[in-house]
Amino acid sequence: MEQISVNIDGQDILAQKGATILETALSNKIYIPHLCYHPDLRPAGSCRLCLVEMDNGKLVTSCRTLIKEGMVIKTKSPGVDIARRPVIEMIIANHHMDCKNCAKKGQCELQRIRAYMKIDKKSIERLRLPQEELPKDLSNPFFERDHNKCVLCGICVRTCQEIQKVSAIDFAGRGNNTKIAAFGDKPIAESRCESCGECVIRCPVGALVSKSLRRPTTEVKTICPYCGVGCGIFLGTKDNELVSVRGDSGNPVNNGNLCVKGRFGMGFVHSPDRLKNPLIKMTPKERTALSVQPSALRGTSSLVPHPSSLFKEATWDEALTTVAKKLKKYKGEEFALIASTKCTNEENYIAQKFAKVVMGSNNIDTSVRLCHGPSIAALHSINSFLWQRSVRLDPEGDKGDFKDEIEKASCILIAGANITHSHPVLGLRVKKAVENGARLIVINPTEIDICRFAEIWLKPYPGTDLALIMGICKVVVDEEAHDNSFIERHVDKFDDFKESLEDFSLGRVERITGVSRDVVEEAARIFAKGKPSAVLWDTGITQYSQGTNNVLSLINLSILTGNIKHSSGLIPLWGQNNALGTCDMGCLPDFYPGYQPVADPEIRKKFETSWGKGLNTKPGLTLTEILDATLEERIKALYIIGSDLFSSVAPSKKVKDALKKAKFIVFQDMFHNETAKFAHVILPATSFAEKDGTFTNIERRIQGIHKAIDPIGNSQPDWQILCELARKLESSGFNFNSPEEIMSEISSLTSGFPSQKDKFKFTPLQYKPSAEVSDIEYPLILTTERDLYSEGFLSKKVEGLNILRTKEFININPKDAADFEIKDGEMARVISRWGEISGEARLTGATPTGLITMDLLEEKINQLINPVLDPISKTPETKICAVRIVPQKESQHDE
Amino acid sequence: MSDKQYTVHVCQGTGCVSGGSEKVFYSLKNEIEDSAFDHIHVKRTGCHGFCQQGPLIVIEPVGIDSQREGIFYTKVKTDDVSDIIQSILPKGKPLVRLLYKDPATDKPIPHYRDIPFYNKQERTILKHCGNIDPEDINEYLAVGGYKALRKAIFEMTPEGVISAVKSSGLRGLGGAGFPTGRKWEACRKAQGDGKYVICNADEGDPGAFQDRSVMEGNPHSVIEGMIIAAYAIGAGKGFIYVRAEYPLAVSRLKIAIEQARQEGLLGDNILDSDFSFDIEIFQGAGAFVCGESTALVRSIEGKRGMPKAMPRPRTTEEGLWNKPTLLNNVKTFANIPLIISNGSEWFSKRGTEKSKGTAVFSLTGKVVNCGLIEVPMGATLRKIIFDIGGGIPGGKALKAVQTGGPSGGCLPANMIDMPVDFDSLTKAGSIMGSGGMVVMDEDTCMVDVARYFLDFTQRESCGQCIPCRLGTVQMFKILDDITKGNGRPGDIDLLLELSEAIKRSSICGLGKTAPNPVLTTLRYFRDEYEAHIHEKRCPAGVCIGGKEIS
Repeated sequence: MEQISVNIDGQDILAQKGATILETALSNKIYIPHLCYHPDLRPAGSCRLCLVEMDNGKLVTSCRTLIKEGMVIKTKSPGVDIARRPVIEMIIANHHMDCKNCAKKGQCELQRIRAYMKIDKKSIERLRLPQEELPKDLSNPFFERDHNKCVLCGICVRTCQEIQKVSAIDFAGRGNNTKIAAFGDKPIAESRCESCGECVIRCPVGALVSKSLRRPTTEVKTICPYCGVGCGIFLGTKDNELVSVRGDSGNPVNNGNLCVKGRFGMGFVHSPDRLKNPLIKMTPKERTALSVQPSALRGTSSLVPHPSSLFKEATWDEALTTVAKKLKKYKGEEFALIASTKCTNEENYIAQKFAKVVMGSNNIDTSVRLCHGPSIAALHSINSFLWQRSVRLDPEGDKGDFKDEIEKASCILIAGANITHSHPVLGLRVKKAVENGARLIVINPTEIDICRFAEIWLKPYPGTDLALIMGICKVVVDEEAHDNSFIERHVDKFDDFKESLEDFSLGRVERITGVSRDVVEEAARIFAKGKPSAVLWDTGITQYSQGTNNVLSLINLSILTGNIKHSSGLIPLWGQNNALGTCDMGCLPDFYPGYQPVADPEIRKKFETSWGKGLNTKPGLTLTEILDATLEERIKALYIIGSDLFSSVAPSKKVKDALKKAKFIVFQDMFHNETAKFAHVILPATSFAEKDGTFTNIERRIQGIHKAIDPIGNSQPDWQILCELARKLESSGFNFNSPEEIMSEISSLTSGFPSQKDKFKFTPLQYKPSAEVSDIEYPLILTTERDLYSEGFLSKKVEGLNILRTKEFININPKDAADFEIKDGEMARVISRWGEISGEARLTGATPTGLITMDLLEEKINQLINPVLDPISKTPETKICAVRIVPQKESQHDE
Repeated sequence: MSDKQYTVHVCQGTGCVSGGSEKVFYSLKNEIEDSAFDHIHVKRTGCHGFCQQGPLIVIEPVGIDSQREGIFYTKVKTDDVSDIIQSILPKGKPLVRLLYKDPATDKPIPHYRDIPFYNKQERTILKHCGNIDPEDINEYLAVGGYKALRKAIFEMTPEGVISAVKSSGLRGLGGAGFPTGRKWEACRKAQGDGKYVICNADEGDPGAFQDRSVMEGNPHSVIEGMIIAAYAIGAGKGFIYVRAEYPLAVSRLKIAIEQARQEGLLGDNILDSDFSFDIEIFQGAGAFVCGESTALVRSIEGKRGMPKAMPRPRTTEEGLWNKPTLLNNVKTFANIPLIISNGSEWFSKRGTEKSKGTAVFSLTGKVVNCGLIEVPMGATLRKIIFDIGGGIPGGKALKAVQTGGPSGGCLPANMIDMPVDFDSLTKAGSIMGSGGMVVMDEDTCMVDVARYFLDFTQRESCGQCIPCRLGTVQMFKILDDITKGNGRPGDIDLLLELSEAIKRSSICGLGKTAPNPVLTTLRYFRDEYEAHIHEKRCPAGVCIGGKEIS
């Protein structure tokens, strides 16, 4: 960077060219009063406090004026004072001056300015002071807005526009009635505000403050436990309690940005519902003896009876002894373990080692099966899963990341992903990329938020994505827009693939998908032209009976255009914070850690040698198969870690029957849930805030998490519980003292594997309709969308998120609503071939005709479906269900 | 039209329409159509300017009957229609009861050209406002309309057009008086395609209506000016930003744009040349600040209209959607066809050395003849107020003249011989502004006037910058206190101190000029402030109680 010299207040300064006067002054510890300047935002120059005097006597706003060689600047002068002092006096006079009781006390920019300018009471008192007091907006559960303290610097408005790109707030009114308001001056909670809190942390005064007012005494650097983006955070603690969260601006994943869950959603750690002691299910006799006690009636919700009504507290020794005794009976294939995508890599390594070594079973799987099984299967089938970014168990993480590549992409295709809700901070990157000129193509049957930024929104009928994407491939090939040199060097059998595209004439594609051919053509051209073009997908692609083939169609497109060579070429949006890590660690029925196949005798031998135990030769069962086997009593013992199978697997009734059939269930989690009711022993696990370890984010960046507080109650980290249990079961190889020790064992077993592949293959595909089809009786298709405020069971334990969560609306297009006599805001029943639910109907144009959409609330949806499995990945088809809808009232008359 | 002997011009400007002229027009039209009087043509026209006397009618003979040329009827009602028709019949006589009467002698003056209000003016921009039908492009064409455009496109290069505008000395008539040719040249030279031309018709000063009258009375003159500007700078698209509070102007502009398109004067390949340009009307939502160029641009972009802070690129370099944009006032554009047709010298003959051409004022307040007037730049206040305006009614004395609306200032009666042009007004502490002129007599309290204007600006501040948002309200509250007898010693110094800070530190012209009404009244009428504050007395007897305020 070019350096230039300027003189500020007599001081010669060497500064970076391109910096403003204000930036230069501040970085040289020369203070200039300012209110509307924030380093993350474009300078507005609206507060007028940063005026400085140039040597020609002119006043300029230092925040908007770039330095020039030889500039002589005075930050203090009579001329500056004449312009600035009365302005500062007026803003102080107009401000709510209850500094003593203000949450911003000591951190307030206005307080600082007042002190700097030495403004006394007398100069304020000669002015006319405001009379009226405006009411506070307390509608948001996490922060409050106090207009009386607002200085209208506009930082919140610009933050919402420039950083979050939501524009929920703006200036409203004129003159002295100007204030910052949401649309229609409604309470902020009724606006499109996403409660990310980015404005709250930037407010220079006390106008926007978090409702949680305790200031931390220590901060611990760690990683957010919600989604797969893996944002860096600092947990602030005081007296062994979490009191604050701050985005880690040094973390390249999020640069300090956070979404509502990351910033405000850590309340679950101290939820009163946390399991604090091991619990053992009481015998019927013990229960009868206790049933008179009123504590049995205490419950957290009507669905979940309080543990105390079914279980009795036990010591760890009692509980683990009981578990060990029982598990001894079910070794081998009668045992299955469901691992948790919320747990650390180290814990998941231990979990799969426990299943494979201690229990001699390869029956281990996770909830990834329910959402991204097809992504794993498809990426494997072309040997590409690991090519993108080899498994590098280096806690420092990889440097070249696709977050940056997304920002640099010239075209981004997002398929079946409500990214701004499911992966909000990655959504910011996409929005930023669009701002930088990237062309965005969205494939989604319903109108989601990111569609606002899309150049092309392709709206296929649910379940027809494959035909659409192959149609795009066909256009690319027909117009010879494919990357020929890449294909020649890296791909075989291009001609076979070309031939297979004959099935996807645009006419046929249009008839199948409902997307008109010229739009398909335009999308194909934009995508093929983009260098590079990124592809992101989520459950809108995978949760179909053709899920694996859907993903393969995207892979075909990425190979065809040569984009697969970029790390942004194929990005599956793993849902949970450590979904990818859990798979990497071998919590899969057919792989050891690092995707080393169980079925490969040499590999098995390597692990047998290292683990000192003969291993089961047969690949195990997937999650859905485990439940079937449990129902058929082939599996008798289940070890369930951090999962609510009852709520997350469909159909609910079958899961319930299976859980009832199991002879022994260990449930290990932070909270009691529906599944736990069927457990025999419940083991309390700690949250992420109470342990060390690593999480692997969607870009396979392995990031360390650090203990911030002591475990709640008698809970223990999952790895400790499993190691202790293994020892009780007299297994060796579980004597770890720390996650670091576990990590070094993982590294020793995964190093050198696998390496970059330079051959790719196309997969000729055929379109097959979804198993669920509509008919006269079930004329509508139900599909689900992600909700910003929901993310598994953690978010349900945060009161504020529960308040903000979209109600369980049944969204229906007004035209369909008229046909079926559904009225906005009235209760309706949704009936499928397998079950029914009811909820409040909401009429919205965002839902196309023929569809009903609901936010992803598994436990409800799972009552409606009896999903067919994707034959390759065994992932259930949960994105689509044929239904009919009737008004609640009418149906009451009927029955 | 040519077979008619008489044309009855019925004023259809907003002022006369509000007085019922639309009814008069239709009843005249119906009655004539129902009768056998096929020698009479009834025509709708724009504003004649003498709004105080409306609804106005002018009857012009098309033939040789010079005796009957320009018979001027005032305050016409529908009941008068039959009599008016009778008066035009072969044996008819002018209706004395509808004639304008000299306020001094009460003598009727039948002919338009004999009325001092008119014959002391020099109407160029307004020349055709009262005699062509603004809803019929043929009438504009008949008086030479769009000839300038033809000349520009076929006989002049864009640079030639700019040079003509430059040498005419035309300065922006929106108020600031920036040399128009220089602005055009900057925009011509600005890098980038997709340039825009914007006509600023967001006339918001209280009491000002000259832009509205031009749009209502001669919309094609504005459109032609814009097309020539677009040709000169190389723009393909234009906007007229007009206040939604001007429905008649909006509807006439719409008709005019549509007719111009039909005639091949707007749209692709204008007059079969390679040059294409089209205009869209954008209706403002009534914020005064949107008359400021960057706020106006943001408003068209669909954003909240708030001015951009300096330093920033000029609008000519980075305007609408970050494209080079030429923004001029209605009257500036209306002057362009005249300059192109008649030449720069014709234009620069009028006016002073540094302010060329004419100025249009909305003359209101305590003056006998209220209305819309046009005089050469440099005409004295005396000429405007006394010769054209007919002096102060009721034999009262002139006390002050306010020009430039809320951004302007009050000039005392002893400056009556000051020439009115951009620079003289600025020197005197006021501004030309968009052309409002309010005459005040001895019964006007100058503190109250200042209070009135500050009340306006404090409401209309966009709220973005602190000095303007809080400074104007602070000044208003102080002035309000003073007029209520609650002034405190030190308030005058405080007003001066605040004024200085607001002028120096505000983002845009609204704030920078907001203290002007206070500063000029303090400069010329400080004693009135002192009487209010120290003696609790309003010398003009306007503020509470009139005299002693306790």
